[in-house]
Amino acid sequence: MTIITFTLAILGTSIIAGLLGALTGLGGGVVVVPVLALLFHVDLRYAIGASLVSVIATSSGAAAAYVREGFSNIRIGMFLEIATTLGAIVGASLTAMVSIKAIGIVFGIVLLYSAISSFRGKHEDAAPRHAGGLADQLRLEGEYPAEGGALKAYVAQRVPAGFGIMFLAGGLSGLLGIGSGAVKVLAMDQAMRLPFKVSTTTSNFMIGVTAAASAGIYIRHGYIMPSLAMPVMLGVLGGSLIGSRILVRARVSTLRMIFAIVIVALGVEMIYSSLTGKL
Amino acid sequence: MTEPARRHTPTAESRREPTREEDQRLEVAIAVLLRIGVIAAAVLVAIGGVMVLRHPEAPVPDYRIFHAPGEASSTVSTGTSIHSIRAVFSQLRSGSGASIIALGLLLLIATPIARVVFAVIGFARERDMLYTVVSLIVLAILAFSLLHGR
Repeated sequence: MTIITFTLAILGTSIIAGLLGALTGLGGGVVVVPVLALLFHVDLRYAIGASLVSVIATSSGAAAAYVREGFSNIRIGMFLEIATTLGAIVGASLTAMVSIKAIGIVFGIVLLYSAISSFRGKHEDAAPRHAGGLADQLRLEGEYPAEGGALKAYVAQRVPAGFGIMFLAGGLSGLLGIGSGAVKVLAMDQAMRLPFKVSTTTSNFMIGVTAAASAGIYIRHGYIMPSLAMPVMLGVLGGSLIGSRILVRARVSTLRMIFAIVIVALGVEMIYSSLTGKL
Repeated sequence: MTEPARRHTPTAESRREPTREEDQRLEVAIAVLLRIGVIAAAVLVAIGGVMVLRHPEAPVPDYRIFHAPGEASSTVSTGTSIHSIRAVFSQLRSGSGASIIALGLLLLIATPIARVVFAVIGFARERDMLYTVVSLIVLAILAFSLLHGR
């Protein structure tokens, strides 16, 4: 295989990964890492390095679209980024201390969890309750345009729990080179009871900053290989842009179902390959 | 559009709160800058990529075996990873495709950091002390990671 065909194969795969990531709402990284590792036999450390870079590209590139919708909450995001960036430093440092096998198994579990979480129905957006002490002091509240255009107020609940889960989300992001959007949404949607749209868009806002906290450590460990990151970053970015266009126009529940099955298969394969030492 | 009725808790009313519109305007401006950064990074990466691929006889780098920074040579070439920010800039003089890609990747990594810097400035201008400090903490964590993270 020449360098051109190899690069084009990685580019094509990354476009599909970005497309899948956007349509499932899981992000491109969670798809591209297992594909690079399982299909192209790329060392997991180079795979997560290339993925991390593509995660930053998608997060920063999509920011304009999300911000215009008016759902994301910059204060809640910034406050929770204290947790995700600290977690990311811990996770990224762990990559040099634990075995590839362990990283692969954790990755497989996160894939399985992500696939399941993409099916979970969103809860009814609760009416704003009185803010607890911490949410009140930190002004973790806001309004979002509900259906019909009226503004609905919301207040964050269970702030310490949300903050703790965000630290875990950051740790997984640093350990696996992914955005770990599914865990971020878990913290905001399930623990803090923020409206679903606010959770998903604020999560996107946080993903890039979280990934940047791992980037310096990845560089120092030599995980970021320019010639590999090049097709992965361009492909995932392009694929996710196409994916978000499709999302606006089409109903994707069937597509989402098919993709979730693909993700489950990748998760099982990741765990199997790790256990049998093929990774 | 009329100013929407806001629900305040008693303590929140005593503070001067920035309006939703102010927040929104700041965020849109930041987002546009981010997009410009991502486009510029993608262009650099693509240019570097074309330069690398202009040598089709070059062997495919072996990504199956990981080389820790100490093992490989310290130059940024097709088959080696980025080891430090300083190395990227010193290698730029060689004008190799890989070094152009590396520069694009560094620019990309800088975009979310720029986002936090803009948030610090934005909150400071709104005289929101609490969130100026919160953003500064995030910025300090990022700086620590980039400069000292292991």
